Amino acid sequence: MADALLRIEGLTKRFGGVVASDDIVLDVNAGELHAIIGPNGAGKTTLIGQIAGEIAPNSGRIHFAGRDITALPVHSRSMLGLARSFQITSLFRDFTAQENVALAVQAHAGHSFRFWRDARSEAELREPARAALARVGLQARADTIVGSMSHGEQRQLELAMALTAKPRLLLLDEPMAGLGPEESGRMVDMLRELKREVAILLIEHDMEAVFALADRITVLVYGRVIASGEPAAIRANPDVRQAYLGEQEATHA
Amino acid sequence: MNDLLTVRNIVVAAVAGVLLILPIYAQAIGNLFLLSLFTRIVILAIAAVSLNLIMGFGGMVSFGHAAYLGIGGYVVGILAHEGVSSGFVQWPLAMVLSGLFALVIGALCLRTRGVYFIMITLAFAQMVYYVAVALDRYGGDDGLTIYRRSQFADAIDLSNKTVFYYLCLGVLFAAVYLVWRIVNSRFGMVVQGARSNDRRMRTIGFPTFRYRLACFVIAGVLCGLAGVLLANHTDFISPAMMHWTRSGDLIVMAVLGGMGSVFGPVIGAVALLVLEEALPYLIEFVGGIFTSQDITTAREYWQLILGPMLLLVVLFARGGIDGLLADIRRG
Repeated sequence: MADALLRIEGLTKRFGGVVASDDIVLDVNAGELHAIIGPNGAGKTTLIGQIAGEIAPNSGRIHFAGRDITALPVHSRSMLGLARSFQITSLFRDFTAQENVALAVQAHAGHSFRFWRDARSEAELREPARAALARVGLQARADTIVGSMSHGEQRQLELAMALTAKPRLLLLDEPMAGLGPEESGRMVDMLRELKREVAILLIEHDMEAVFALADRITVLVYGRVIASGEPAAIRANPDVRQAYLGEQEATHA
Repeated sequence: MNDLLTVRNIVVAAVAGVLLILPIYAQAIGNLFLLSLFTRIVILAIAAVSLNLIMGFGGMVSFGHAAYLGIGGYVVGILAHEGVSSGFVQWPLAMVLSGLFALVIGALCLRTRGVYFIMITLAFAQMVYYVAVALDRYGGDDGLTIYRRSQFADAIDLSNKTVFYYLCLGVLFAAVYLVWRIVNSRFGMVVQGARSNDRRMRTIGFPTFRYRLACFVIAGVLCGLAGVLLANHTDFISPAMMHWTRSGDLIVMAVLGGMGSVFGPVIGAVALLVLEEALPYLIEFVGGIFTSQDITTAREYWQLILGPMLLLVVLFARGGIDGLLADIRRG
């Protein structure tokens, strides 16, 4: 266990009387796609927020790449190789696609107290940005203002930005949210490609996608881990069926 | 090549051209007021360009930018009063103090957002204003006359009005160029990214606070320099030069001219100040067509016309005058 890329021990977060994370224990190994599922309000986004460093836990520890990062600020965690994409698309809407990705490249290209050279013409920023756009199939849209791109394209762009950081762990918060079936299918293919290079912690409501992609699944209900294991085991787990999967099948019927 | 010949670029070139030949024209028609007016316009344009760096590109709406005009001006005035007229001392000191002031208040203001940021920058500017009012030794509310403009050995004579005008214009063009370089640099990308989505900037690894603060300080230094020029231009300092309405004027210049571009505030400054001068005459002229009565008192109501004009720009031309011009397609 000591060599897990991300290790979370006893993580607890309370908002007033609500326990959003209740003594969570979780780990993600290198080269693994670990999915977190759970009904709405289970505390999935709160958990991601704590791993990314935006929310401070009340207790518990987070270790990343052998280091205790519990007290590190967001940007330092990013520098260590933790990249995040948002549930609600969070981009620089008045920038072009390429400028968005170039900013992500720039974040990892030393300090930015450089006042003189035209950043848009710097090959050091432009080339990796173009490569990342090509990677997610957006090369033709490089000069489009993000605000005028489709939702699916914006999600692809999110991914391109997360990739440029050459992260060791990608935190993906519902990458399929709001995508049509066709776009979802493309996203699943892309994630399957990606997980060969980078460990992924995935939060997703789309069960089909989760079971197609995940190496391990953790089920969160009311902030508590009720089950964790391989997809087959999770599918067979009676607690999970009752608490979550059954519930969803019932609503689908 | 056709990209260069847009309506907007032609107007920008025309404005720059008019500013360049203005002293010659003023001299030819013997109108010294015109030169004085445009010196003031050029100086306030520098302040507006500096404000636009943090407001238009950085999203930091400072309602206290006139404080730097005051700090720059008071450094010149106080030093002159104490017998130190050397510009080599006055100018750097004014810029350093403006920068320090920006550093201190920026470190506090930049922790707030939106309306709170606007109010806290206003509050700090008011503090400086009342400090100046309380400076009895330097004239308090009444201000202080500067008997000797900044001295630069024999290098340049600031009391020559034409020379002084060209110096101010040189500073303005340099400021525009500097801001243009900055906003397109890596640093500028970070500042603009933080305006667009600060949270995302931090998740991709930028400690945005220090970049925004640095930007705030650069703008402060630049505006402090404008204050130095303003004091030298009017040969006088008083708390009025940093009254909060002056901060408002600077915001109006940037918004009117166009916050999205580096040169926009220059157009805004020229447009606003020329309108301020021209509207009273326009009212009298137009009024004279309709009535033969004496209507000179109507001239005082020029703001009744300026107000709706500003309203229209804010409502229908979000990019200001510059944005309007950029929208006009050729042919």
